[in-house]
Amino acid sequence: MESSIFLIQLLNGLQLGILLFLLSAGLTLTFGIMDFVNLAHGSLYMLGAFFCASLTLWSGSFIVGILLALPLAAAAGWLLEWLVVRHLYERDHLDHVLATFGLILCLDTLVHIGWGPAGIAIPLPDWLNGQVELLPGLLFPSFRLLIIATGIVAAAGLYWMVNHTRLGMLIRAGASNRTMVGALGIDIKTLFSGVFAIGAALAGLAGMLVAPITEASIGMGNDIIITAFVVIIIGGIGSMKGAFVAAILIGMIDTMGRSFLDDIFKLLMSTEAAETAAPAISAMLVYIMMAIILTFRPQGLFPPKTR
Amino acid sequence: MTTDPITENPGAPKSFNRFAIVLLVTLALLPPALFYSGNPFWLDVFTRLVILALAAVSLNLVLGYGGLVSFGHAAYLGLGAYAVGVPVYHATYGGFESIASYNGWVHLGLAIGVSALFALITGAICLRTRGVNFIMITMAFGQMVFYAIVSIETYGGDDGLTIDVRSEFPGISLDNPLTLYALCYLSLVAVLYLVHRITGSRFGMVLRGARANEQRMRAIGIDCYRYRLVAFVISGALCGYAGFLLGNFTTFISPEMMDWTRSGELMFIVILGGAAYLYGPIVGAIVFIILEEVLSGYTVYWHLPFGLLLIFSVLFLRGGLSGAMDKLTGRSQ
Repeated sequence: MESSIFLIQLLNGLQLGILLFLLSAGLTLTFGIMDFVNLAHGSLYMLGAFFCASLTLWSGSFIVGILLALPLAAAAGWLLEWLVVRHLYERDHLDHVLATFGLILCLDTLVHIGWGPAGIAIPLPDWLNGQVELLPGLLFPSFRLLIIATGIVAAAGLYWMVNHTRLGMLIRAGASNRTMVGALGIDIKTLFSGVFAIGAALAGLAGMLVAPITEASIGMGNDIIITAFVVIIIGGIGSMKGAFVAAILIGMIDTMGRSFLDDIFKLLMSTEAAETAAPAISAMLVYIMMAIILTFRPQGLFPPKTR
Repeated sequence: MTTDPITENPGAPKSFNRFAIVLLVTLALLPPALFYSGNPFWLDVFTRLVILALAAVSLNLVLGYGGLVSFGHAAYLGLGAYAVGVPVYHATYGGFESIASYNGWVHLGLAIGVSALFALITGAICLRTRGVNFIMITMAFGQMVFYAIVSIETYGGDDGLTIDVRSEFPGISLDNPLTLYALCYLSLVAVLYLVHRITGSRFGMVLRGARANEQRMRAIGIDCYRYRLVAFVISGALCGYAGFLLGNFTTFISPEMMDWTRSGELMFIVILGGAAYLYGPIVGAIVFIILEEVLSGYTVYWHLPFGLLLIFSVLFLRGGLSGAMDKLTGRSQ
């Protein structure tokens, strides 16, 4: 019995990690290639969820909803890049942070105006609502399996794109020397817009996958974006491999901490003390780990080579 | 006397100028006048303004002068406020005898002590990193405090905690709104003076030198890390003190007050007012409060114009309002 709970939590941790990776991949892309800090990345996650919710309710199918919402999320990213982000590349990080913080306020309010203050639940088709028996006696919700599978496909696709396509080659070249890529006749502006849109689509996808579990709600991106930041800090800012490893690590540690820390604490202290301390410590666990890793490796686990 | 290459630097900070004096005199006279003319509501608005300005001044010390973009300062406000709430809670409902107290000095000591300690520990880690890492790590540590408080159900968790009794000091009662305002106002003036002295001192010169060119500072034999850490701790302690005042003002505290978006607002106040201007944060706090009071009176969607203003001020208004004002009057920093 204990081991099946452990396995289920392991899968839950993997699922959280995959979602975090989808979010931090966009952050890493925009930071790696454009040296741009985007706080509003969480708002794109939220927009994805709301687009998907509306389209699912309109079309009656969650899958159609996702397929239609993905290009919309990318378009929203493209629009933001064109309207605001583009004018900030030459500025320092402080300006990035402030302007994108302003964007968050705007986007949160626009969603409030457009969809109202309440969250929107996304209905799942029956075949996703059930549970799958992975091992004898080990049931796992099929939708969460779908999240894991989608995330792995997206991660593989991203890996293929970055390492084996012309676009990926430009992205890698842009990350190591922007000016040179521009001098070689590549339209840097369009490349940047495209990369930003890809990041937006990935963040939107993460939002769409979460929304059926939690429902689409205003400000849903503002909590998880901080965890995504922790992921890219631990991974080494700008490193895709680092983002993947750190995302899975954080997903696992957070989930495991929340499920098992009180049991572990109960072995060490009184039940009462454990029940008070465990939730606080498990909420802080991710950050404590970040502090420890940074103490030994200030640049993260996989720092990209300096330009 | 030996000459010190640092204090010989001609770029001494600007002293209190006329505008700052007008600002401070207005803040001293207007709110009590409004209170006595039957507008006690405005005294509350001004109290909040002064406390926010105080927190922003503390942030300005690291952000404006030190060039250290801390995105976690709301955590110190929260720590300071909970340093009032938690002892009062235990004094009222029992438990945790070692800190249970209504005594204002205990609250004050805890607020400053805990904030300084937190700043020391997190600063020691954050300051090993540069630029964008620093921004995100301070943000993450701020959020760590947020989640920790949310998960402690004893102190209300998400719902927050009502402070039943304000900090007790011999001779004065903070229950009187005018007394509380006077305390906040005098604290602001004192902290402004302190920051003014700090930035004008050798220490402040090093801090600003490290922002301008760290390599040169190292070349003349200065360990920037230690100076920055001390500045970070001072800033954290001052912000914790602002939190102590905030807790006594609102008598209700919740984790929401240390959410990272609150840190963003503090940064907005500093930048809009003009970073590295002594009185910049006060200007910023005034504009922020006006925006909040006026816009939120018109529409529940007041964050939209607020956000747009933030974007526009970043894109077009460099140096903040104080910088723009200096440009208008033909002065440059």
